[in-house]
Amino acid sequence: MVATLKRQSKAVQFAILLAAFIVLCLVVKPSENNILWRLPPLLKWLPGAINDFVRGLMFEWFPVQVWDPLIEDYEQKPLFREITRAISGFFLVIINFVREIFLGGNKTIVAMTSWDFVNEHPWAKWPALPWTVITGWAVLLGYKLQGRGLALLAGACTMYIAIFGQWQPSMETLSFVLIAAPVSVVLGLFLGIWAFRSRAVEATLNPLLNVAQTMPHYSYLVPVIVLFGVGDQAAAIATIIFATPPMVRLTLLGLKKVPPDVVDSGMMSGCSRFQLLFRVLVPTARRDILIGVNQVVMQCLAMTVIASFIGAQGLGSNLMIALNSLKVGTGIEIGVCIVLIAVVLDKMSLAWANKPTDYFADLTFWQRHRFGLLALGVLGAGIVLALFGRAVFPEGFNYLYIIPHNKGITTAPMWQAGVDWLWDTLFFALKNFNEFLITQVLVPMKNLYLGMPVAATFLLMMGIGYLVAGLRSALIIGGFLLFIALSEYWDRALITAYMASFSVLVSATLGITIGTLAAQNETASRIVLLVCDFLQTFPSFIYLIPVIMLFGITDTSVIIAAVVYATVPATRYTVEGLRSVPPVLQDAGSMLGVSRFQRWVSIELPMAFPHIMLGVNQTVIFALFMVIIGAFIGTTDLGQLILKAISEPQGTGIGLTLGLCVAFMGLAVDQIIRTWANARKKALDLA
Amino acid sequence: MKPACISSRKTLLSSALIAVLAASGPAIAADSSEPIKIPIKNWSSQIVMAHVIGGIFESIGDTVQYVPVDNQASFEAVRTGDLTLVHEVWQSTMQNAYYNAMEQGGLIDAGTHAAETLEEMGVPNWVIEKDLCPGLPSWEALKDCHENFVTPDSDGKGRWLEGPQSWHGDTMPDRLKGLGLDDKWVVKFAGAADALWAELKAAEKEGRGTIIFNWTPNFTDASGFTFIEFPPYFDGCRLSDGGDLTTTGCGSPKGWLKKGANFRFPKSHPQAYTIFSKISFTTPQIGSMAALVDVDGMTHEDAAVKWLADNEEVWKPWTVSVLGAGN
Repeated sequence: MVATLKRQSKAVQFAILLAAFIVLCLVVKPSENNILWRLPPLLKWLPGAINDFVRGLMFEWFPVQVWDPLIEDYEQKPLFREITRAISGFFLVIINFVREIFLGGNKTIVAMTSWDFVNEHPWAKWPALPWTVITGWAVLLGYKLQGRGLALLAGACTMYIAIFGQWQPSMETLSFVLIAAPVSVVLGLFLGIWAFRSRAVEATLNPLLNVAQTMPHYSYLVPVIVLFGVGDQAAAIATIIFATPPMVRLTLLGLKKVPPDVVDSGMMSGCSRFQLLFRVLVPTARRDILIGVNQVVMQCLAMTVIASFIGAQGLGSNLMIALNSLKVGTGIEIGVCIVLIAVVLDKMSLAWANKPTDYFADLTFWQRHRFGLLALGVLGAGIVLALFGRAVFPEGFNYLYIIPHNKGITTAPMWQAGVDWLWDTLFFALKNFNEFLITQVLVPMKNLYLGMPVAATFLLMMGIGYLVAGLRSALIIGGFLLFIALSEYWDRALITAYMASFSVLVSATLGITIGTLAAQNETASRIVLLVCDFLQTFPSFIYLIPVIMLFGITDTSVIIAAVVYATVPATRYTVEGLRSVPPVLQDAGSMLGVSRFQRWVSIELPMAFPHIMLGVNQTVIFALFMVIIGAFIGTTDLGQLILKAISEPQGTGIGLTLGLCVAFMGLAVDQIIRTWANARKKALDLA
Repeated sequence: MKPACISSRKTLLSSALIAVLAASGPAIAADSSEPIKIPIKNWSSQIVMAHVIGGIFESIGDTVQYVPVDNQASFEAVRTGDLTLVHEVWQSTMQNAYYNAMEQGGLIDAGTHAAETLEEMGVPNWVIEKDLCPGLPSWEALKDCHENFVTPDSDGKGRWLEGPQSWHGDTMPDRLKGLGLDDKWVVKFAGAADALWAELKAAEKEGRGTIIFNWTPNFTDASGFTFIEFPPYFDGCRLSDGGDLTTTGCGSPKGWLKKGANFRFPKSHPQAYTIFSKISFTTPQIGSMAALVDVDGMTHEDAAVKWLADNEEVWKPWTVSVLGAGN
C-alpha cells in the first residue's frame, strides 16, 4: 500500500490523505467512550505529580534548621529553597546596585551593612545621577561607538524619556535589563560553546531549547515565584529563561559555520584551546553571535510587562496600572519608552560589537582618554546644573536633577485622542465585519475543529508529517500529539489550534505580501524592518484594549491581536529571503527576457521560499503565544486555564503541563516546516 | 539510622548559621529595621491604600518597600514571606487564593476592614434609562429581556459577562442553572478587569445592552452603575459550598474586605503588626483614596500623602494606641 502510494505524485498522495481524514471524521461517532473520538485522560495525574514534586523539593526535601533573626527563632527550612533564595538574593543585590547608580538609594549600603545601620545614619544614602548626566553619557557613548547618528538617537531618546516624566520607571526597567541581558548573553554564549564542543550536550540542550522557545512565558511564572520569590530578582530570572535560548542557538549556528581552514590556520599559529576559541572561533562567528545579542535585548524588553506580574518595578508595572483603568494614552506613552530603550540598547550593542579594533594605533594621552575625560566633564557639569536647579526651584521638584514620575509634560492626551478618533471612525464600520466574521467563519470553524475525532487529527498531522518530512518526523509529531491527547486538555487545545491556525493563515498571507512588496526597494525594506522591530517590542497589552473596544470580548479580538504580532516574522523573513537572492540569478532571468512578475514567480520566490517558510514557522510560534495571551481578553482555550492556574493550589503543575501542551503544538508544526525547509535549502544549494 | 545522620548535619549547618548571624547582632528594638514589603497591584484604591499604610508604618519609624505583583500571585508570595502583607482582599474575587494560601500554611488573617464590598452582576445606568430590560434591578426581569443582550458569538442567548474564571470558578454558570436562566443566558468569561471596562465603553457607544460583573467601590461608580438584586446569599447556598440546584441561584454576599499577613510579621514587627490589625477603612474612605487618583488625576504616591494629611483623625488613634500618646 505504502509502496504504491509512493509512486503517486505528491498531489495525489495529499488527496488520498485528505479523503481518509474526511472519511474518519464522518465515520467516527462522538462518544466519550469511543477511543477513536477522544483518548482517555491517562496523564491526568501529571499536573499533580509535577506540583507535588516541586512543592516537595521546595518545602520538604532535606530540611535544615535556620536561625531567623527576624522572629528570633529557629525555623525548618528546606535546603533547596535556601539555595534558590541565595541565587535570588544575589540577583537582587546587583539589580539594586545598578538601579541605585541611576536613581540613588540605600539598599546597596544596606546589603553591605544592615538596616539598623542605615536607619541610624541618615547620611548613608547614595545620591542619584542627575538625568542630564545620564543623557550626556548616552550621547557620548553613542558618538564613541558609532558617530553622530547614534549620538543623536541616544540623546533624543533619553530626552524624550526625561521630559515626558518617565525617567524613574525607565531607569528601573533599564537597571533590570542591564542585568538580565548580559547574564543571558554570557549564559547563552557558554551553553552554545559547550554544545559546539560536545554532541551529547547539543543533543540534550536541543529539546530543552525547543520547549523554552515555544512555551508561553506566563505558564512558568508560578514555578518561578515558588522557586525564586517575588520581586525584581524573580522577574530577572524569568526574563533570562526567556531570552537565553536564541543566544544559545545563534552561537551554535555561528560556530558551526566557521570554515575548517580558519580553525587550521589558528592551530598552525599555535593557539591554545582557549585562544582558539576566543581569538579565532568566536570572532569569526561574530555575525551570528551578534544577531543573538540583538535578540536577547529584544526579548528582555518584550518581557518587561509580563515580568511586572512577578514583581519587576518600572515601566511594565505602570503600564498594567494604566491599562487597568483604561488609560490607553498613558499606556502608549509608556510603550513608546520601552521601544525607545530597546532601539537604543540594540543599536549600541550592535555598534559596540561591530567596532573594529585598531591594533596598531599610536595614540596620545588625549586621544586615548578623550571620552573618559569628557564623561567626567559631563558629570561635573551635570552636578553643577543640579545644584543650580536647587537654587532655581527652591520648593517642589528640582527638574535639573530628577524629573519625578508623571511630573513631566505628557503625550498621553494626544495618544488618547488618536485612539478615540480611531475608535469613533471605525467602530460601526467594523461592527458588521465583526459580526459576519464571527457567525460565518469563526464559529463554524471552531465547531469543525471540535468535531474532529482524535484519530482523524492524528492521521492528518502525522500524514502531512510523513509526506513532507518523512517517517521520523511523523513519529515525533505523533508523540507530541499523544501527550496533549492523553492530558485532560485536548478540547481546549483544539480551540487554541483553531484560533492559532486562522491567525497564521492571515498573518502568513499578509506578511508574505507586505514582505514581497517591500523587498522590491531598498528604502521600503528598511522601513518595513523598522516597523517589525517596533511591533516586536511594543507591549501587546496596549493594543489589546483598543482591539477589545472595537471588536468586543470575542475571538475576533484575540485573532486580531495575534495577527498584529505574528505578521512580524513572516514579513521579516520574506524581506530577508527575497533580498538575499543572488543578483546574478536575477540578471540571468532578465537576460532570458522574463517579465518582472515571471521573475518573481519562477526565480525569486522558489529561491527564497525555504527561508520564507522558516518565517512562517516563527509566525506559528508567535501566533500561539498571542492566542495564549488572548486569555487576558477572554478565551476558552488553554490560555484561560494557564491564567487561572496562578490562583490554584496545584498551579505550578497545571501551569507547566499546559505550557508543555502549547509548546508541543508549536513543535509539531515546527517539525514539519523545519525538516522540509532544510531539505529544500540543501536541494537549492543554499545551506 | 538515617535521621541521626541528617540531624547531625542539621546542627552543623545551623550552628554555622548562628555564628554568622550572631555577629550581625539580634535586633533589640521592638520593630525590626528590615523593610515591610507591601504589594502594589493594578487598581487605584489598592495602590493608594498601600502607600497610606506604608506612610503609617513610616510614621512610627519602620522601613517600607513596595513590590508590584499580580493580584492572584500575591497570596502565594505572602505565604512564603516574599511579601509581608496583603491589605485589600475582596471576598468574592480573592477568597479562593486567600484561603488556599492559608491552608497551605504561612498566611494569617490580620483582621477585616469596616468597608462592606459588593461584587455582583449589574448594568450601567443607561441600560435602565433606555429600558432595555424592564423591571431591573430585580433578577426576575432577566427572564424576558435576553434578546437585547445577544452578541454574535453567544448563540442567540444573552451574554452574561463574568470576570476571569480565576475569580469565582463556576459560580455564575451554576447560578444561571439555579435560576433557570441557562436557556436564555450564557456566561462569557472576560480575561481581565480592563476587558470589562473596555466592553462597558463599547456597549455605551453602540447603545446596546450589556450586563457585566462589577464591584463597588470602583471608578465606574462615577458614571452610574446598578447592581442586580438576586435571591439573598446564605452560607452554603452555592453548589461549590454544598448547596443544591434550588439554592445555587443566590447572589453575592455583602462581601468582607480582609487583610492578611505572613506569619512572621507579628514577631518581626510587633508594633506595625498591631497597627495593621487595627487598621480598618470604611467604604467612603476607600472611595476617597481612589477618587484622588481616578477623579483628581493625582499620582498614587501624592494621593496617599494628601489622604494621610487630610485624615489624621482616622489613622492617628491606631498608632497612638500602640505607641502611647507621646508619639
